[in-house]
Amino acid sequence: MPEPISPKAETGNGVPLVEMRGISKAYPGCLANDSIDLKLHSGGVHALLGENGAGKSTLVKILYGLLASDSGEIHWQGEPVHISSPAVARELGIAMVFQHFSLFDSLNVLENIALGMDVDADDALEQRISDVSTRYGLPLDPRRSVYSLSVGERQRIEIVRCLLQDPRLLIMDEPTSVLTPAEVSELFATLKRLAEEGMAILYISHKLEEIRQLCDEATILRLGRKVAEADPRAESARSLASLMMGSEVPLMQAKRQADVGEVLLALDELSLPAVDNHDIALKNLHLQVRAGQIVGIAGVAGNGQDELLQALSGERRLAQAEALTLCGEAVGRQGAALRRQKGLCCVPEERLGHAAVPSLSLSENAFLTAHHRKSLGFSWFTSASRSRRFAREIIERFNVQCHGPQSLASSLSGGNLQKFIVGREILQAPRVLVVSQPTWGVDAGAALAIHEALRELADQGAAVLMISQDLDELMQNCEYIGALCAGRLSDFHRVQDITVQQVGLLMGGEQLSGVEA
Amino acid sequence: MIALQRRADPSRLMGYLAPLLALGITLLAGLMLFAILGVPVGAAFYAFFIEPVSSLYGWAELGVKAAPLIIIAVALSIGFRAQVWNIGAEGQLILGGITGAAVALMFHQNDGWYVLPLMVLAGIAGGMAWAAIPALLKTRFNVNEILTSLMLTYVAVLLLSWLVSGPMRDPDGFNFPESRMFHDAALLPRILEGTRLHAGAMVAVGVVLAGWILLTRTLLGFALRVNGAAPRAGAHAGFSQPKLIWTALMIGGGCAGLAGLFEVAGPIGQLLPSISPGYGFTAIIVAFLGRLHPVGVLFAGLIMALSYLGGESAQITLSLPLAVTGVFQGMLLFFLLATDVLINYRVVFK
Repeated sequence: MPEPISPKAETGNGVPLVEMRGISKAYPGCLANDSIDLKLHSGGVHALLGENGAGKSTLVKILYGLLASDSGEIHWQGEPVHISSPAVARELGIAMVFQHFSLFDSLNVLENIALGMDVDADDALEQRISDVSTRYGLPLDPRRSVYSLSVGERQRIEIVRCLLQDPRLLIMDEPTSVLTPAEVSELFATLKRLAEEGMAILYISHKLEEIRQLCDEATILRLGRKVAEADPRAESARSLASLMMGSEVPLMQAKRQADVGEVLLALDELSLPAVDNHDIALKNLHLQVRAGQIVGIAGVAGNGQDELLQALSGERRLAQAEALTLCGEAVGRQGAALRRQKGLCCVPEERLGHAAVPSLSLSENAFLTAHHRKSLGFSWFTSASRSRRFAREIIERFNVQCHGPQSLASSLSGGNLQKFIVGREILQAPRVLVVSQPTWGVDAGAALAIHEALRELADQGAAVLMISQDLDELMQNCEYIGALCAGRLSDFHRVQDITVQQVGLLMGGEQLSGVEA
Repeated sequence: MIALQRRADPSRLMGYLAPLLALGITLLAGLMLFAILGVPVGAAFYAFFIEPVSSLYGWAELGVKAAPLIIIAVALSIGFRAQVWNIGAEGQLILGGITGAAVALMFHQNDGWYVLPLMVLAGIAGGMAWAAIPALLKTRFNVNEILTSLMLTYVAVLLLSWLVSGPMRDPDGFNFPESRMFHDAALLPRILEGTRLHAGAMVAVGVVLAGWILLTRTLLGFALRVNGAAPRAGAHAGFSQPKLIWTALMIGGGCAGLAGLFEVAGPIGQLLPSISPGYGFTAIIVAFLGRLHPVGVLFAGLIMALSYLGGESAQITLSLPLAVTGVFQGMLLFFLLATDVLINYRVVFK
C-alpha cells in the first residue's frame, strides 16, 4: 500500500517533483521499457520524445497507474510511492490528458466534467469551470453540447477537467495531433502559463518543432531505452531526430512538377449525403489531379476525410457517374472492385480493419486488394503461392520488418504494416493513388520511406492525392494544397505560394484573397 | 494465485487441443453426474459410449445420425465464418423435408428415375426459400438474422404439423397425422445391406470436401472470411456485403433443406409431425466444436451423433431420461466455450 502522503507537501529546491528510477516493463515478445530513468521538476515543461513503439506510452501509463511496472521505483517529492491505480495518481496530484478523449457526445460540457470527477453538475461547478477557463485562456461554454464542439474545444474540456483537480503534474499525450495551427499556438500559451505558475508538465510527442518551441528539457527514448537527455532549445530538429532514430536523417526535398500531365482524377460537383449523424456530408467538391502530381488535402480529422476516401474508393457509390472521372471515364456509379481494376487504388487511414484484416496473414492481405491487378488467382480460385510471392515482393521492396508472408497483419507494428499496405497499392502500378493519413502514427524512418515511394510513383506518371492532418508532410511532398472543412473543399494553391498559416485559415473554412489559385 | 495472461499470438496448438480438452471435461462431468444420480459409473460409461458402436449396425446408425449434422454444420460454418448467424437451420431442414416430400407424394404412382433427383432439388429449394426470408430482411431492412431465422423455425414446425394433419395426410392412414409411406423410387438407396445407412452419408463426405475447397481455395470463400473478420476491409476490397449475406444464407438453407429431405427419404420414409431430433440446432454446436472447419466438423459430427445414440442406449439399458443427450450436448458446448479462452490466454501460476 502507498504511504499516506499529503499531495500538497512542499518541494524543497532541487528535489524533483517526480523521479522514476530504473523502470522496466516487458510484454510477451518485447521489452517496452528497459530500466528507464525520468526526472520532472515543478515549473518545467519536459518532453518525452520517441518514435512509435519507443515505449513512451508504456512509461506514462506506469506513471499514471494504468500499468504496473515489472521493476523500478517512483519517488514523489523524494519519497517512494506505489501508484497502483489512476485514483492513486490523481490523489497525488497527477492528471493526464489522453490522445483519445472520453466524452459523451449527447451531454453538455458541464455534465461531462461532472461525470469525470464524480460530482454533481451544479452551479458551483459551473462557476469553477468558468473561473478556470478564463484564467488560463481556455474559452469554454459549460452549457454547450459536446457534439457541437470542434476537436480543439473537446480537448479544452479534458484540460479543464484536469485543471479542476489542482494537479501538480499534467501529462499531455500527443495533444496537437488533432489541432489546427491556430489551436496549437493557443494550447502552447496555456501550457507555458501553467508552467510559470509552478506546474510540472510532461509533454509526449514525436513532433520535433513543437518540442523545440515549448519544452525546456527532453528525455529521448528509443526501442524501450532512454538514449539521451537533451535541451531541446539547444538542439536542432535534425539533431533531435537523429537521437530519436539512432541514425543520421537524410533531408528530403521534393522536386516540383509542372502542370503538364493529363488529368487522371477529376471530381466535379461531387456530393455525398450523410447516412447518420456521425457522418459528414460532402458538398460539391471540385478537384483535378494530373499525372505526375501529388495534390494534398489538409484538414482537421472529422471534416469529411473518411467520407471522401470512401466516395473515391467506391465503397460508397455516387449518385452521378460524372461526379468522378478516372482517366477520362465517368466512374461515379461503379463499385470499389471495378474502380480498382481501372487503376484507382486507395490507402484508407485505418490500417487494421479497413486497409487490412488483422487476423489474416500478410499474403492473404496482399491478395485482398491486389488479386485482380496482380492476377493472384485463377478466375474463381485463389493462388496461395502467387499471393505469397507478391507479399514477399512487398516485404523486400519496402523493407517491412516481419517474420514473413505468413505473419498476421495484427502482429506488425504500425509503421511496418503501413509500409506493407502502401507498398501493396504502389506495386499494383495504379494510375491514381489516394492515400489518407499515410504516416499517421508511423515512425520517422517509415514515414520517410513512404514519402519517397509516393514521390517515385508520381514521377512514374501516376496521380497521387494525399489526405493528411500533418501539414509538414503535405508542404514537403505536394505540388498543390487545399483543405477540407465541414465537407467542403477550399481552393487549391501552389505550395510555393502559400504559408502554413494560410493553410491553417483554409482548414478553418476561410478563403484566401490575393493568392493565385 | 492463478491468472490468465494474454498471449502475443493466438495459439494454434490450443486451437486444436481445446475441443479435445472440452471433450475430456465433458466426459468427467458427465460421469460425476451419473455418480450423483446413483447410476453405476462403469455401466453408464459403457452404455453411453461403447455399446452404441459395438456392432456394425451401431456404426451404420452413427453414420445415419452424423450425416445430417455434418451436412448442416459445414454449411453453417461457412456462414459463421462470414459472421452471418443463421440459427434457423432446423426450420430450413423442416422446409426441405416438406418440399421434398411434396414431390414424392405428387409422383407416388410414378417409378421414374427422376423422382429422387427432383425431390433433392425441391428439398434444397425449400430450405433456401426459408433462409431467403432472413436474407431479405437483413439486406433490405437490416433486421437481425439471429432473431428472424430462429423464429421462423417455430413457424416451420407448425407448418409441418398442419400439413401432416391436413393437406398431406395419408388418405388411408386412419386420420393419423402422417403422410403416405414413400414408394421405392422416392427412397434413398441404402449403401450397407441390413442397416439404415443411406446415400446421404456419402453426400456428407462430399459436402465436407466441397466446403473445405470453398473456404480455403476460392475467391468466394476468401470474401466470406474477410467479411467475417473485418467487414470494412471487405468493403474496401470491393466485396459486396449484401451478396455475401445472401450467399451464406443460401448455402446454409440449401444444405439444411437437403439434410431434411435425406431424413424423410432415408431413415423415416414418410412425412411425420416431427422429422428431426433437433439436428439443425445441434449442428450449431457441431460447427463450433469443429472449429468452423469442414474437416473438424466431420469429426465433431461423429461425436455428436454418438451423443444421440448414447442417450438412446442409456435410456434403454439404464432407464435414464432421454434428456441426458441434451445435457451432454449442452455441457460440451459450455466447456468448449470455456476452453477456447486458452487460445488467446495462457494460465500462469504466481
